[in-house]
Amino acid sequence: MSDKGMMNNPVVKWIEYRLPIFSFMDHSIGSGYPTPKNLTYLWNYGSLAGIALVIMIITGIMLAMQYTPHVDYAFDSVERIMRDVNYGWMLRYIHANGGSFFFIVVYIHVFRGLYFGSYKAPRELLWILGVVLLMLMMATAFMGYVLPWGQMSFWGATVITNFFTAIPWIGEAVTTWLWGGPTVDNPTLNRFYSLHYLLPFVIFAVVFLHLWALHRFGSNNPLGIETKGPQDQLPFHPYYTVKDAFGIGVYLIAFCAAVFFFPNALGEVDNYIPADPLNTPPHIVPEWYFLPFYAILRAVDFDFLWIVPAKLGGVILMFAAVLILLVVPWLDRSPVKSARFRPWYKGAFWIFVFFTLVLGWVGANPADADFHGVPFVIIGQISTLYYFIFFLVIMPLLSLFEPPKPLPASISEPVLKGGGTMAGAHAKPMEKA
Amino acid sequence: MANTAHPAHASEGETRRDFLYLMAGATAAVGTVAVAWPLVDSMNPSADVVALATIEVDLAPIELGQRVTVVWQGKPVFIDHRNDDQISAARDVDLAELPDPETDEARVQRAEWLIMVGVCTHLGCIPKGQKAGDPAGEYGGWLCVCHGSQYDTSGRIRKGPAPENLPIPPYEFLEDTKIRIG
Repeated sequence: MSDKGMMNNPVVKWIEYRLPIFSFMDHSIGSGYPTPKNLTYLWNYGSLAGIALVIMIITGIMLAMQYTPHVDYAFDSVERIMRDVNYGWMLRYIHANGGSFFFIVVYIHVFRGLYFGSYKAPRELLWILGVVLLMLMMATAFMGYVLPWGQMSFWGATVITNFFTAIPWIGEAVTTWLWGGPTVDNPTLNRFYSLHYLLPFVIFAVVFLHLWALHRFGSNNPLGIETKGPQDQLPFHPYYTVKDAFGIGVYLIAFCAAVFFFPNALGEVDNYIPADPLNTPPHIVPEWYFLPFYAILRAVDFDFLWIVPAKLGGVILMFAAVLILLVVPWLDRSPVKSARFRPWYKGAFWIFVFFTLVLGWVGANPADADFHGVPFVIIGQISTLYYFIFFLVIMPLLSLFEPPKPLPASISEPVLKGGGTMAGAHAKPMEKA
Repeated sequence: MANTAHPAHASEGETRRDFLYLMAGATAAVGTVAVAWPLVDSMNPSADVVALATIEVDLAPIELGQRVTVVWQGKPVFIDHRNDDQISAARDVDLAELPDPETDEARVQRAEWLIMVGVCTHLGCIPKGQKAGDPAGEYGGWLCVCHGSQYDTSGRIRKGPAPENLPIPPYEFLEDTKIRIG
């Protein structure tokens, strides 16, 4: 970006003097943005999430031109998109699968952050903005899933909005206000459509805050130690623009495979049945990316301490499962960031990943079913227990008692030691690279 | 106050300007809330939605032992023409056994007609039990298949995650075989 030829162009110079956008770009994603040189492919998921968001916004705008937000026409208008609109099937399958892929990418991004301690000082706000983005995504995805007005759309909306009836005293009034009527109906569909169109642009704005906070201290890295100088860094362009572009290529191959060959693999067949407010499907499940939280909701089948009824307890725990991420920087006080140097945390982390996947599996099964005689409710309760123990007990305790492995002095040190040469000898030529 | 000299401001603390700040801030806050309320209230049920609040139902064609569903305010209303066994089953229960204690007498105007909103009080699914072949649960009433709540022949919650009995809508008998709900 900052190559000399371009910056000497008189038009570029004229604009740059009045609006320094070229140097801004250069410092954001160009050669003027120094980046740790040891980033692995796990650091591709941020840019992948950005691409996923852009794909969703573009296809969403095109779909909105064809969609009718009315209970009598919504389902048919989606079928018309699938059958009659030129490439409508492709736009819809890209948008529907794009949501799932967005969540895959973001969940890997979040687990990456948890493993390498990317939430620790001075990146707490960067992490918190990320959690805000995750919550906005969840709201957007939920409301988008209601729009086709199939059976799962309607009953998903009914079950989720009924969470709010659990709020003591004002629950009923709040829920009626959310619905705009005595039940989920046309006013609900209309406002969900309005908000589903709005929220992606809110997400877009928060992404800029997220990037702003990121650029304050730059990316974390697999070693979890801060860069000490130019010998630890590479300019973002061309090194990471190329690496990100390669990642996007791989991502698009996987994405196209889903869109063109398995477009309904992640969907629910019941959503191809028009919504019927008088007939609940026998087995309501949310989209796969909500399954762990759904399992946590259903894990609470008992009243808590005689004051929190089961229904409210489940709803509180489910929201807490996401909100707890906001305080992770203060639950984990260990000065060592990367799990590579935290043997105990590493174990606890992988058990956490395991139980999160188990929760997803439990959420996909009927509430009263069992697995080889073990009721899914019990499996869900054990997994939920670990989910919260990991954050509330293990993280604070490991901060106090875990003996970390010795940290390398700098990012370049372990690499250069491997080569058997002194750090100083290599640092100089790399600076120029 | 009026004769307060400038240098004295810092030490005295309260000035006319503080008062003006306070009043201007309070006015702005009240104004913001006053403007926000119409926006918030516009999302509440509108007049045309509220206008669809009542329906009349003819009970004559409903046979003894039959259960019928009608739609009221977009919600299903269960009408159960109960037989004597169902009525006595509902009345022979010790109230102490019930999660949400309520006598059957308090839930019906006429013993043979049980009329209630057929929406599970857990998360809003519609319980099974209205059709002849449906599972009715262990208590012969209704079973919500979403999360396993079971209701008895009075529509009271007996087992499962739902916290309350199925609600009774406001209704009145216009004639012996005709009711108005709402």
